[in-house]
Amino acid sequence: MTGQGGAQPRAAGWAEEALRDHHEHAGPPVAGQPASDREQQVLDRIDRARRRRPRVKEERITMSHGSGGKATRTLVEAIFLDSFRNPLLEPLEDAAQLTMDGARLAFTTDSYVVSPLFFPGGDIGDLAVNGTVNDLAVAGATPLYLSAGFILEEGFPVADLSRIVGSMTAAAARAGVQVVTGDTKVVQKGKADGCYLNTAGVGVVGDGVNLGVVNARPGDAVIVSGPIGDHGVTIMLARGELDIEADIASDTAPLGGLVAGLLAATPGVRALRDATRGGVATILNEVASAAGVSVVVNEDDIPVRTEVRGASELLGIDPLYVACEGRLVAIVDGGQAGEALAAMHAHPLGEQAAIIGTVAADPPGIVLLKTTFGGTRIVDLLVGDPLPRIC
Amino acid sequence: MRFVDEFRDADKAHALAAKIAGLCEPGRQYKLMEVCGGHTHTIYKHGLEDYLPESVSLVHGPGCPVCVIPMGRVDDAMHLAAHDDVIMTSFGDMMRVPGSSGSFFDAKAQGTDIRMVYSPLDSLKIARQNPDRRVVFMAIGFETTAPSTAMTVLRAAAEGLQNFSVFCNHVTIIPAIKAILDSPDLRLDGFIGPGHVSTVIGCRPYEFIARDHGKPVVVAGFEPLDILQSIYMLMLQLAEGRSMVENQYARVVPWDGNPTALKAIGSVMELRPYFEWRGLGFISHSALRMRDDYASFDAENLFQVPGVRVADPKACQCGEVLKGVLKPWECKVFGTACTPETPIGTCMVSPEGACAAYYNFGRLRRQRVQEVTIS
Repeated sequence: MTGQGGAQPRAAGWAEEALRDHHEHAGPPVAGQPASDREQQVLDRIDRARRRRPRVKEERITMSHGSGGKATRTLVEAIFLDSFRNPLLEPLEDAAQLTMDGARLAFTTDSYVVSPLFFPGGDIGDLAVNGTVNDLAVAGATPLYLSAGFILEEGFPVADLSRIVGSMTAAAARAGVQVVTGDTKVVQKGKADGCYLNTAGVGVVGDGVNLGVVNARPGDAVIVSGPIGDHGVTIMLARGELDIEADIASDTAPLGGLVAGLLAATPGVRALRDATRGGVATILNEVASAAGVSVVVNEDDIPVRTEVRGASELLGIDPLYVACEGRLVAIVDGGQAGEALAAMHAHPLGEQAAIIGTVAADPPGIVLLKTTFGGTRIVDLLVGDPLPRIC
Repeated sequence: MRFVDEFRDADKAHALAAKIAGLCEPGRQYKLMEVCGGHTHTIYKHGLEDYLPESVSLVHGPGCPVCVIPMGRVDDAMHLAAHDDVIMTSFGDMMRVPGSSGSFFDAKAQGTDIRMVYSPLDSLKIARQNPDRRVVFMAIGFETTAPSTAMTVLRAAAEGLQNFSVFCNHVTIIPAIKAILDSPDLRLDGFIGPGHVSTVIGCRPYEFIARDHGKPVVVAGFEPLDILQSIYMLMLQLAEGRSMVENQYARVVPWDGNPTALKAIGSVMELRPYFEWRGLGFISHSALRMRDDYASFDAENLFQVPGVRVADPKACQCGEVLKGVLKPWECKVFGTACTPETPIGTCMVSPEGACAAYYNFGRLRRQRVQEVTIS
């Protein structure tokens, strides 16, 4: 039984540690100044705290570390980048850019653990090809060759494996790539969830192409290539846990053709990113912090299907954070935004492309959203998984 | 999208904002508290404060159900979940709420069987599917979610289910509002009443606020225009010197609430003598426990619950933020030691908490935002 008396209250060790950490870096706001100045002091201090060297505080990996939000970034920077650090890895772009005998190559890898394996609009095989192809495409490369690694659980139906490989074959043909090497491992029943895939890919970067979020500058336009959030919402509904039905399908598709058309139409493309885990919001935050700019987005201009909006409203999630698998975000010189948009509209995967915002100088590192309602708010990196609220 | 876009119309918002500005007496400051965390979330998500004059400020109240759960109760729940045969089930919001040694997410990472559910009925389903395991539902929330917990227990009883129980942490909103009203440093002019809670309890329970404390109350819906209209209704009452309970959310909230839901709660649960609230301390008759008739579904009866108490860190000023004495950024540890990743105080725990909402959505001075977005 619980009671008001009870034993001596215990202390929360993690909170004490955070407080000690805090006292080393901060003091109270200076009294006697106008409230707005004191608020700015606090905000500046927070900004410094956010730019401190990241540290993984958890003792074990949690699901948050895989969500694509803040925890993922901390893990990547504090564990992986810190150890592997080299100039090719450091930009943390979707693909590394290698120069070999004058030729510029893009090289990337990605693993696929989606559940369920089969869903409206595709399956894990489609994702494994398109996802890696797209990481190459948004680096400005023509995707050429893929590897495929399979981790299979004992008992996994061979018919399902054939179906997945069939999807990969079709997706590779559509994207114009070949799977040229591979690997197979089988683990005991219960040690994996059916089938996990890994693909790596290489492509050739075209002459004069130099894309990167660090290139964004004030006055640039922000374009998305189509309605956002289709894939993430499709997967959530396909799990069947929510008893919500909607007529939507994953947007998984190879973006190589769309990118080629865009780069041919205008030299003003500064950066491309495919909006996978963490959604468009995460990418815009990467742009803002890498280039030291702000990104101002108009909620009204963001294309979102009614079904995705409806499901997101019900689940209490924001489509800006929901994964896409066939959409990209383009940062384009503001003076050439019209040409870029026209080039995207000319491709079947970019028919609903839209300019959703602009890059500005101040406040650096911040993504701002002008809401449909007419207000303004910050769009931050997500903490943890996009969880539905209960009230 | 129908039933959503109508309530986010910027033209209507501008018209309401002008009417609100017209009601402000020169030199007077207005502080209005939105009690419910859902309202706080809406206010920040849509940038509603951009529509308010400088003299009208919103104070974000205690109505975020996961924020008010004390760390000790989380520790107790972890203790239950640690039994080998137990499957702990919880709403998603609860998963990140820290106890003294981490959250449900951390426990899950260490192998504890904790599963996220969207409804207590999902827990019941898990219990049916796992007859050799004991399934515990971590019940949290105000009167909004208590009826669904009660109905689930009634169904489990009707089915004769032996392996399902509830760890009851349901709280009631009125004692929390009373605690805030009785606070000596209170500086509030009116209340935006919670919408979802009121669908169950109705509007009558707020009458004492208007009658005894002379503060107007407007029960509000959750779309941004709902809230802006409620602010207008509060300002109108203040301008006319009235203090009444009004219902802006009449399309959903019946004046007398939902008698069926209240009956379900009453048949399964009863008031506790007292309960600890994070940030507010112990408040008498402010929470629900299972009735003896349903002891076989009461985790506190079936298990030895240690009754852990965790002291709120001293630097935490959530109590002052909840009462409107401090703005989130005025707290000594806001944003540096206390962040959404390491939420030291209740207000930072869930996106519905005042500090988390400010940190995630509003971490910028209004003036600076306007300079950027108007250009």
